[in-house]
Amino acid sequence: MLDKIGVKKLDDLYSDVPAEFLHKGAYALPPAMSEQEIRDYFASLEAMNAKLKVFVGAGAYDHYTPSVIPYLCARSEFLTAYTPYQCEISQGTLRYIFEYQSLICMLTGLDVSNASLYDGPTAAAEAMKMAIACTRKKTRVLLSKGLLPQVIEVVETYARFHGVEIGYVPVADGQTSAEGLKAELAKDDVAGVIVPSVNRYGIVEDHTGFADAIHAEKGLLIEYCDPSALAVVKTPGEWDADIAIGDGQPLGLPLCYGGPYVGFMAVKKDHMRKMPGRIVGQTVDKEGRRVFVLTLQAREQHIKREKATSNICSNESLMALWVTIYLSLMGPEGLKEVNRLSCDGAHYLYSELLKTGQFEEVFPGKPFLKEFVLKPKQPKLQERLEKAGFFAALPTEEGYVSFCVTEKRTKAEIDALVKAVMEG
Amino acid sequence: MKYYDKLIFECSKEGRCGYSLPKNAFPAAGELPQALRRQAPLDLPQVSEPDVVRHYTNLSQMNFGVDTGFYPLGSCTMKYNPKINEEMAALQGFAGLHPLMPARLTEGACKVYEEMDKALAAITGMYKFTLAPCAGAHGELTGLMLMRQYHINRGDLNRTKVIVPDSAHGTNPASAAVCGLEVVEVKSLENGRIDVEALKPLLGPDIAGIMMTNPNTLGLFETEIKTIAALVHEAGGLLYYDGANMNPLMGVVRPGDMGFDIMHLNLHKTFSTPHGGGGPGSGPVGVAQKLVDCLPSIRVSAFHGNFGVILRAYAYILSLGQEHLRKVGEYAVLSANYIKESLKDVYKLPIEGVCKHEFVFDGLINDGAHDDVPGATTLDVAKRLLDYGFHAPTIYFPLLFHQALMIEPTETESKETIDAFIDVMRKIAAEAAQDPNILHEAPHNTPISRPDETTAARNPILKYQEN
Repeated sequence: MLDKIGVKKLDDLYSDVPAEFLHKGAYALPPAMSEQEIRDYFASLEAMNAKLKVFVGAGAYDHYTPSVIPYLCARSEFLTAYTPYQCEISQGTLRYIFEYQSLICMLTGLDVSNASLYDGPTAAAEAMKMAIACTRKKTRVLLSKGLLPQVIEVVETYARFHGVEIGYVPVADGQTSAEGLKAELAKDDVAGVIVPSVNRYGIVEDHTGFADAIHAEKGLLIEYCDPSALAVVKTPGEWDADIAIGDGQPLGLPLCYGGPYVGFMAVKKDHMRKMPGRIVGQTVDKEGRRVFVLTLQAREQHIKREKATSNICSNESLMALWVTIYLSLMGPEGLKEVNRLSCDGAHYLYSELLKTGQFEEVFPGKPFLKEFVLKPKQPKLQERLEKAGFFAALPTEEGYVSFCVTEKRTKAEIDALVKAVMEG
Repeated sequence: MKYYDKLIFECSKEGRCGYSLPKNAFPAAGELPQALRRQAPLDLPQVSEPDVVRHYTNLSQMNFGVDTGFYPLGSCTMKYNPKINEEMAALQGFAGLHPLMPARLTEGACKVYEEMDKALAAITGMYKFTLAPCAGAHGELTGLMLMRQYHINRGDLNRTKVIVPDSAHGTNPASAAVCGLEVVEVKSLENGRIDVEALKPLLGPDIAGIMMTNPNTLGLFETEIKTIAALVHEAGGLLYYDGANMNPLMGVVRPGDMGFDIMHLNLHKTFSTPHGGGGPGSGPVGVAQKLVDCLPSIRVSAFHGNFGVILRAYAYILSLGQEHLRKVGEYAVLSANYIKESLKDVYKLPIEGVCKHEFVFDGLINDGAHDDVPGATTLDVAKRLLDYGFHAPTIYFPLLFHQALMIEPTETESKETIDAFIDVMRKIAAEAAQDPNILHEAPHNTPISRPDETTAARNPILKYQEN
């Protein structure tokens, strides 16, 4: 090979690099490990992590993963494939993305979904940019204080650099305040408002009148959703939202310390061409067969460069496949049953915790599904529950503690958790 | 690969399901108030487990992956994905960790982050890394935010422009725009490198920095990097390194030593994690010491980034270790130069000389541009390659050449595979001269033929519609 190139040794291939930049000496890396050594080392790292029963959500939910999903997602034709630019040899990827888009539209009740974004908070940041792009001269986006803290922080970070002013809608009585929204809208210049479908306290929000008030000011209503809960709660489409966003993680993705997850976005058809990210469309090939391609690419960075709707290139395609297979296996009844089990379990835990006398209710009577907050009477509850084998009672900024129950938590586990609370 | 026409919705039959949930042991909680309940029917498919498995197995068989064959894909380093990495990422002690667990409960995960930070710093010569960005473009955006934050922290508020070479990846100017920076383009010279003389007048008190990749997107080392770094720093700007092209420098050259202040890496390219049909990726960002204080104010993802991808990449780094790192860079460069020299008599090589991990042909010598000489375009060549069992190279990028065909073999392909690719590329060149219609109508052996992309964009069908 060197002869063909016309050089004598490998070093000659770097003859164009100024000598001072050629690294001398050894790199400060550990010595190479064999496969067995890697196994042993990772086993030792793994053993350093606590193994606790998870009773916390707050944006990452410990739902059940059917065994079919990792099995199919590990197929190397999916796992090791590149972005499907060469559609003739990527119909597998393109078809599942088309299915994914269709499923996201079904869940959200909106018209068009993209092929995925990084995670929920970045999807919210993209929605913020999109609201500005769709409404032209407006410069302000409102965030409900009921959104998860990580959503607010990521949107704030993007906004600071993108030149978007952020305003806030307060929470009153456990949900985004309609009065607060009207007050902020009256200040003008609002391009969009991001509100949670289910908020940081686990409460299912009532957005009656939101869309009308926002649309009257020519802004966009953006709903941040838990896609699993969309099987039972009013959809963004039904609230007349313009954009739905969220994280697909609750649809069977492992917790995996925060990623990879998958951000989703669906919009009303009018806003389709302002959407960030890849989109798959249906067409025909030369023989007239139904085939799928990446389409509307004139929005994207590789065509439009600085004028693109977003900088996103790689997304979370494999996790979109994960979600697609999850929804296919669960079907309408399965997804509703997941909600029922989680909701019944959470309400059982809620009432059992109240019976201990160690908590005060924060939002009595407010509707919740799998997640809720209470005000603890004793400090350091989280630490005490850790010792009993539970990750639970996550403290919030307001001094509450948050609990979450999914269908993976059994009655015996919940009873044991309550016992641990009582034993303090 | 065979054509399979179904969508999952067409496998649906009322009453079927593919899940298994426990019996409900709890008293029934009350229903949600009517006004908060979903009214629309939930039209998800109803499919049994075996039908789901068959459907997605059939879909997978219309896909090409690194495990299927060779991807000579310039600008996107598609190397082999070692399987031990997958095994490590699936360990329950990692996969079951909740991201909000405090550090006292996640010492193993925290150790992975610390060691990964150190390893990436050692490989690149940067001071510290954040592992939060989820992809390369996400890393670029994070890096540019850090660049702006650095200037803001110094009270230097007028640096609102960033210089980007005309050969840059499309994500560079797009990330700059998302970050609120105005893009100023600097031209390339005929030899493919940045025109230093053209750069000089662009530098001033309004410049936040420059985004570069070195080697650049033509696979050429920016030989004037020392001068460029000095000029940019003198003007008060910072240098950003786009790590998409890091592979040839592995074990040989460190961006930090060349004067770069900020960079991202693509773990899903350089560090062997699978591309997943377009993600998940991971785009760690490294900074020089003077930027460390800027890190805490930038939050760009939900929790700690794509931990599952980071685990895979760390297993890869451990398998390379100190001893084998250099082989990555050297063999990637060796393979690229070997292919270039073996094909340049039939494909136009616009810039002679040694390349790094990739190079660009400006199409076939017989490019079909002259009516009297048969030939074919770069698109034709790319599509014909699919017939021979290879993925196509990156085409029509960079924008400097009309028929750009960008080849990057990586270090993980054997000489036999590379020779087979060269043979096919020569065969295609011969076909283009003799019977170009074979190329115009390619591919012939794939599950589908060329699609009607115009109709797809004009009348978009973007979700399933029942007939």
